[in-house]
Amino acid sequence: MNPIASLRYHWNVNLLGRAILRWQRIRAQRRPPRWDTRYLAPPLKVGARMKELVGRHWLAGRYTKGCRKVAWVTSGAPVELLKALDFYVLYPENHAAICGTARVAVEIASEAESAGYSRDLCSYARTDIGAVLSGKTPVGRLPRPDLLLACTNICQTVLYWYRVLAHHFRVPLVLIDTPFVYTEEAAEHAVRYVRRQLEEAVPLLEKAAGKRLNERRLRQAALLSKRASELWLEILQRCRHRPAPISVFDQFVQMAPIVEMRGEPATVDFYATMLREVDERIAGGMGAVRNERKRVLWDNLPIWYRLRYLAEFLARRGVAVVASTYTNAWGELAPLIDPDEPFESMARTYIYPILNRGTGHKLATMKRMVEEYQLNGAILHSDRSCKPYSIGQMDQRDRLIREVGIPALLLEADHNDSRAFAEEQVATRLTAFVEMLGE
Amino acid sequence: MNPTCTALGLDVGAATTKIVAVDPEGSITWHHLEPTEVKIEEQVARVLAQARAAIGPLGGLPLVATGYGRRLVRQATRRVTEITCHARGIFRELGHGGTLVDIGGQDSKVIAIGPRGEVLDFVMNDKCAAGTGRFLENAARRLGVPLERMGTEALAATDEVSISSTCTVFAESEVVSLIAHGVDLGPILRGLHRALVRRIVAMVRTVGLTPPLMLSGGVVRNLAIRQMLEEETGERVVLPRHPQLMGAYGAALLALEDRGRPNG
Repeated sequence: MNPIASLRYHWNVNLLGRAILRWQRIRAQRRPPRWDTRYLAPPLKVGARMKELVGRHWLAGRYTKGCRKVAWVTSGAPVELLKALDFYVLYPENHAAICGTARVAVEIASEAESAGYSRDLCSYARTDIGAVLSGKTPVGRLPRPDLLLACTNICQTVLYWYRVLAHHFRVPLVLIDTPFVYTEEAAEHAVRYVRRQLEEAVPLLEKAAGKRLNERRLRQAALLSKRASELWLEILQRCRHRPAPISVFDQFVQMAPIVEMRGEPATVDFYATMLREVDERIAGGMGAVRNERKRVLWDNLPIWYRLRYLAEFLARRGVAVVASTYTNAWGELAPLIDPDEPFESMARTYIYPILNRGTGHKLATMKRMVEEYQLNGAILHSDRSCKPYSIGQMDQRDRLIREVGIPALLLEADHNDSRAFAEEQVATRLTAFVEMLGE
Repeated sequence: MNPTCTALGLDVGAATTKIVAVDPEGSITWHHLEPTEVKIEEQVARVLAQARAAIGPLGGLPLVATGYGRRLVRQATRRVTEITCHARGIFRELGHGGTLVDIGGQDSKVIAIGPRGEVLDFVMNDKCAAGTGRFLENAARRLGVPLERMGTEALAATDEVSISSTCTVFAESEVVSLIAHGVDLGPILRGLHRALVRRIVAMVRTVGLTPPLMLSGGVVRNLAIRQMLEEETGERVVLPRHPQLMGAYGAALLALEDRGRPNG
């Protein structure tokens, strides 16, 4: 470790950066809300804190050179191992989502397209590769990875995407292959196979980290990860309340720490604070949508560049989106994490994400949500980029209509590529859907 | 004497604009149809002036606007999507639910209508104009066949070539290449109609076909579409008297229900 780099990191991130971000948060708390509060509740107070937390994360990334090892990982990667080894962990998917909300994703993705990457590829992958090739990013600067860790539990695209990164950066790629779970329970041999890969990855991770894995620290990271996931799940389940204290759009905005900062104490503190605020809303009878008439489900990734438009569009019509299979994915596995059995429980946790299970499992999840959250309808975002999430949606939609008796809408768009979003057509379909929900 | 008018429905579609006036019983007493222009707000003002000339003062009459241009109808007392309006119009006209196929200028939709006239489910063409009136319009222009004669000429042909592209633009180049290879016009026309109908039938299957199968929209005037839709689905197609007016008619019926409501 370079002492000057260390000093620079400490000064820029922990002293100066912290003070500036704190000042920015206080200013943000005083600013008038950007979303239309005639139909939506005022923004969550904790939102400014989230921006501060995430801002510090990306700021830290800028000063890692020479003092912290950096790992780039997929959203479903076993991050606990990396946290225990002190890696600075960067999630290209999260970075891409930030580009999406900042509406620069198309410009950055075009850089990848110009280099020959097809527009049929995932827009997260294109945004990431475009950012790597051009250096364009809204977060200042992306630190160069020392290691790549990809887990196939979200899609097969990551396999090729991370190979591209490995080739570009000339750094080792650790791949964790999680066999698809076709049945209710994963086969024991599949769990063993994942566990063995995790164990075999340790020496590679240690080599890249330049230190040995400490069991106590691994258990600590698993505990923090479990605690944050539990809090997140509790927050989501508060939306069973009528009116729902927060909407799925609020969840989309506040989910960054649970994805990219799992295993850190600050993340646990943040969600504990958020849960308190959500409970205050319930006690005060405040709903995320001021006039909550109907409650619906959201399936698939958010449409990052149109969050506000969709939130306002639906809220104006008294429709609250209160449950989503996507935000649920970062909470539902919390019970599986066992800090006393880190390897065994990581193997189970990371084999069971919703995208690594059959379409029937997703349908069952949606049906359960309709009941638990008392939903009147479902919006299934058919995401051009995310094939594993979108496959099966035609049947899932039909069966929600037939077997549950609620209207369900398939909405074609893309999570990050606004060129696949036709506002006029979306508006007509959404309005007709709301008309079907009735008075 | 002017026709009675209690409520108005205005459907500003992508291709045509339709206005319908209804009496207190919900029967059509006056209607008008013309191509949609670029400056919709000016056109709406003019169409309403025409209505005023035909049926008298419009002050206080409820007016429901629908179609792509509905938000540009400042005079509307309410705006409703063409999905709900079509379901309402056709249900009143035919007196039963079922599966409605509406082939419009830029939109095709299949609507499952319940026994009380409610929308049970719908699907619309997405992201592309395959399976819409535009598809035939483009082909008509490229082949130099008047739009009105497309259907009859297609039916007159005994042979049929397969048009593999459902994309409006790519189908055009496919047609050019077929002509270059000396294929006759008739079989090409038949193939074009078949491509459009198959695209529609795929949408019908998404919603699920609950008979009777009903058809509306400007493309209804094309006999080949009707006949091929029957061939491909095995169901007889039921038509309303004014297939192009169903959206505007449904809007007028909704306006009629709005009478006496606050703001309505």
